[in-house]
Parts: sequence; C-alpha cells; structure tokens
Amino acid sequence: MMGNVSLLDFLSSGHPVEGHRPWPRFRLDIRAWRALVGQLATSEWSVISLWGEPEEIHVALRDDESGQIAIASHPCPERWYVSLGRARPGVIRLERAAFDLWGLAPMGLEDRRPWLDHGRWPSRKPLASQPQPAAERPLTYDFLAAEGEGLHQIPVGPVHAGVIEPGHFRFHCQGEAVVRLEQRLGYVHKGIDGLLTERSVEDAARVAARVSGDATVAYSLAFARAVEAALGCEVPPRAHWLRALMAEMERIANHVFDIGAVCNDAAFAIMLSHMGVLREKILRANDALFGHRLLMDRVVPGGCARDLSEEGAEALKHLLHGFTKDFERAFKLYDNTPSLSDRTQGTGIANGSLVHRFGAGGFVGRASGRGHDSRKAPGYQPYDMLDLSIPVYAEGDVNARLMVRFDEVRESLGLITQILSDMPQGAFRAPLPSLAGEGLAVVESFRGEVMVWVRMDESGRVARAHAHDPSWFQWPLLEAAIEGNIVADFPLCNKSFNCSYSGADL
Amino acid sequence: MIPPISKILFKHLTRGPHTLRNVPAPDPDGIEELARALGERVRERLGRSLSIREVDAGSCNGCELEIHAVNNPVYDLERFGIRFVASPRHADVLLVTGPVACNMAEALKRTYDATPAPKWVVAMGECALDGGCFKGSYAVLGGVHEVVPVDLHIPGCPPSPRQILSSLLALLDTAAAK
Repeated sequence: MMGNVSLLDFLSSGHPVEGHRPWPRFRLDIRAWRALVGQLATSEWSVISLWGEPEEIHVALRDDESGQIAIASHPCPERWYVSLGRARPGVIRLERAAFDLWGLAPMGLEDRRPWLDHGRWPSRKPLASQPQPAAERPLTYDFLAAEGEGLHQIPVGPVHAGVIEPGHFRFHCQGEAVVRLEQRLGYVHKGIDGLLTERSVEDAARVAARVSGDATVAYSLAFARAVEAALGCEVPPRAHWLRALMAEMERIANHVFDIGAVCNDAAFAIMLSHMGVLREKILRANDALFGHRLLMDRVVPGGCARDLSEEGAEALKHLLHGFTKDFERAFKLYDNTPSLSDRTQGTGIANGSLVHRFGAGGFVGRASGRGHDSRKAPGYQPYDMLDLSIPVYAEGDVNARLMVRFDEVRESLGLITQILSDMPQGAFRAPLPSLAGEGLAVVESFRGEVMVWVRMDESGRVARAHAHDPSWFQWPLLEAAIEGNIVADFPLCNKSFNCSYSGADL
Repeated sequence: MIPPISKILFKHLTRGPHTLRNVPAPDPDGIEELARALGERVRERLGRSLSIREVDAGSCNGCELEIHAVNNPVYDLERFGIRFVASPRHADVLLVTGPVACNMAEALKRTYDATPAPKWVVAMGECALDGGCFKGSYAVLGGVHEVVPVDLHIPGCPPSPRQILSSLLALLDTAAAK
C-alpha cells in the first residue's frame, strides 16, 4: 500500500516538534503510530533506540536507504502504546525496560516479564509521574523452558569467575551442546535516565561518561554533540579533530584488549600478554597527552578539556610506529597458529539475517555482513575529511569478529596518522549558550552505534536525556549464536561479542 | 619458516620481559587505614600471599579495565603473591567496585558470606566510597559500606594500576608486619 516511502515523508503526517536538532522529531497520534508499526514490518528502517518519558514514548529511526534520521514520539496519557516488538525484535527488551522505568505498557507484546526491575528498588516504575510502592519481595524470573530427555540446566552468575561485569546466564544443555541460552541482565542498573534528569550540564556529562566505562569517549562525545545540537553551539574545528583522535585511541585500546582476551579464552594466553602490553602503551599515551588513561571527561560539551601539544603529537607518531610493527607481528601469530584458528573458525555463528533484523552494529554486525558505521552514515566531523574504509565479513563466527577488530585497528592507526598531520590549529573549546532545545547525536563507539538524546531547559540545564548502548541489539544475538555450540566455547563467544552490561543495564 | 611463536619466545629470552621494574611504594594512607582493621594472627595465616575475588557491584566497567591492567605483563601483580581467584571461597580479599546497585546488593552480601574468615573488603573507585556520580539514584545504595564492612578504599575514577598496586601492597605489608 505504502510502497517505498521515505522515513521523513512518512513521518511528516505527524506534528513536527520545534527546536529539535539536527534531525526532526514528530509527534504521532494513535493512528499514525499504528501505521508506523505496520510500516516497520516491511520497510528497511532501522530502530536506533526506544525510550520513554512519564507520558510519551520515543523511537529514533533511520532510513537505511536515504540515510534520513528522525524521532517518532507518541503521547500516551493512558500509559500504553502499540508495541513495535513484533516488527523489530531488537526492541523487545527496550520496551520491557521502558515498562519497568516509566510504566508505559507495550500493547501486543507477548513477553511482559520485567527486565531491569528485579523487585529490589525502593519504588516500582521509578521514573513515572507517580511511582508505585516497592515490591514486597524480589521478583522471581521465569526462564523459558526447554524440555526433553537428558536436558539439564546450568545457571551462571550474576557473579562470574573472571573479572567481568555481573549478569545471569541460564543454559539448557544436552550433554555438551547448548540447546538454549537465556540471559537475565539488569544487575548493574544505576538509573542513568533518572540521573540525567534536571542536572547541570557538567554533572550530566560526568554521568554520561560513565554509562559504559570502556566506551567513555564515545559516550562523552555523543552527549556533547547532542547538547551542542540542542543549543546550536558551534564547536571550534580543532576540537572535532581532537575528539576523533581520542575516539580512535579508545577504539584501538579496546580492540587490542578484546583480541587478546578472546585468544586467552581459547587457551592461547600469550596473545593476551602481547595485547596487554600494546593496550598499556595506548593508555599511557592517553595519560601523558590528555591526563587520563581512559580519557574520561576529556570530551566535554563545547569542545575538549585539554589540547594536544606539538611535542605530544610528535611523541604519539613515534609511539604508533613501533605499535604498528608489534601489532602486525601479533597478527601473524594469530594467523599462523592453526590450533587457535581451530577454535575461532566456525564457532558462535551470528546469522546474517538475524543481525539485520536486530539492527546490530559494530564488530557483531560487520562480521555478519551488516556494514553500518555512524562515522560514515550519518557521518560527522572530521570523518568526512578522512579516508576511512569499513571492513565487512560474511562468516559471522568468532574469527570474523576478530578479523573485523584487526582491520579496524589498522584503520584507526591510519586515521590517527591523518589526524596528526591535518589537524587545524586554533581554539579547542567554545562557551555554551543557555537556551532551551532538544538534540540528538549518534557516534560510533568501538562496540557500535551510541546514541544520546537530550532536552535542555531555558536555564541551560539538562531537563531530560537518554543514552543508548549498541549492546541492546547485540546481547540477544549472542543467545542465538551460542545455540548448538559446546558450553566450553561460551566464554570465547561471549568475549568475541563483548557486550556491555553497564551500558545496556543503564 | 620459523613459526611466529618461536620468534617471539626467542625475542623475549634475549630482551627480557616488559615488566615494570620500579615498584610503587605501598600507599601510607592505606597502611594506616588497615592497621586498625588487621590483627596479629593475619601474618601467620597469610604470609606474603593474598587471593582476591573481584565483585562488580554496579561499576561502569572502568575499574574492571584497570584491574585487568594490573594483571598484564607490565604490572604483573602475581609476582607479589597477589592473585585473582575464581571463587569467593578461595579468597582472602573481596575487591568491590561500583556504587552497589540495588539489584546487586544481595549477590554482594552472599559473596561476602561465602568468603572464609579472616577476610578483608577493599572498595575500589569513587563510586564504591559513597556512590560517586551515581549518588542519589533510586537504583543504587551509595557505597560498598552500605552492605558489607569496608577495610580499605582505593580512590580514583578509576584508580590507576599504580594506585591499585600500591594499595594492595599496603594491604600485604600491613598483614605481614603486624
């Protein structure tokens, strides 16, 4: 009926909200919202995120064909709306989370088990206009059943054996083989959306930088860009380049560590040692150049907290030269060790069509044929002036996810070289005006696309904000990828996904 | 062709390891804080060895990254006899990060209960002290001391590997000297 309608054409039937930048936001009535649900079932649009307010539900969408981005909002004074979960399964956990936090009920959604709410908060629906009294006792969770002869369950977590974040995994196994894995997360829910309500920009920026510590630069950048969009603040050109430099340093540090950790989980510990040393070099450079090993709070609304000195740039160039040599040596080691390839190839395959249906990005998406990268689409400064290619593999196994990381480290090293040679001189921070407005930003973290939405009030404070982690759309794929693999390969698969617990638990 | 692993092993035989040589001095503040908490019999029981169970009670995972770093070849925590273990039942010390999310409080308490005495709790990071930037949220209790008694706090957001190392060495020295 609708044919190939573009996202903006479709949403223009709604009511445009003023002061939302750089992409529009439309308020849809119940009819238009229902039409949107229908359209999502057939269109090529990706859901970027879904979140709530006490009486409104928002969904950020991208038209992958035209590259258009927009937010569709639907007022729900009765605190229910028609679920998008059937058309877009990746949204189901987001809808369950929105019900737990704001009490907005997704009509038509089959799975209504609480997600973030474990029945342990002082009130239920804590972000609704009228929170409900606390649960009398912690909620039990009904894991999906798997029945059959010889099936047994293995419960794991929330406290794991390694130094990793908490979460519960319930395996149903037939002998060694995993028949079904189900995740139960939410253990590290800190109430980020609540903390980002009625806050000064500085306080909110500190919280945003700690949504997921490993992607702190990406979150700070997304938050800063969203605030700057809302306020119409122009950032000095040099700040864009400094930010990209930090973002690529973060990407390299995380990718090399992941490569080492995946190999370690395949009992190839020497790789972890080598990658640990490489990572340490990057973190020490971060500390020397910008004053923080993980670069926390170094990207701020309006620009950057620190400038890069001439000597710093020279030292970094020198460091990267040696780094590249060591990295390539380690790649050879990976590539020429058949016993290792034997573990990583054909293990934990994430099906390409599922990756597309869930809209998974980052190395999970790119290892299974979905090449989306926010640095290219919608793109942001200074990447439009840099030479960047996106590695895409089709196999979808642990090996492919590692190969994406190897390629991306090389790309990032190239980007840093370009940044160091082309970075313009000048100011690195601009003052923020005090205005009301709404802003949206998407930024490519090492893990995939991070989104931050903010609403600023007249006094220049953050009235509301929401942060979205790429892991929301990657966690469910891990459940699918592990099916049929042996339990002993789970750490390997899990680490190759390296989803954020903190980022998705909010 | 010589396989790459042989080349690498040979290189390290001739050039030596990456490990940091100048060990950071034990943190004096940490010693004092601990002196109150530790008794004489500790040294006899522990000697110079310490097993740590890490518990993430709601951290942003920044602290975990730096804990991984103290285990890398540069800092190499294990050379001091300090190591991370897989179960609280094998541990002397619980190293707790995060502001203690309500959803993690019971898991933290149960992990503490599963750790055999004598035991110490080290709270790591700004938010483990009092909630840090997450203070005041409905979903956090605001500090490790709200759930289990804390013996030592390592400041920083996140603490650097040097800070972690010096604090843990302080823990060890106090345990050995008393």
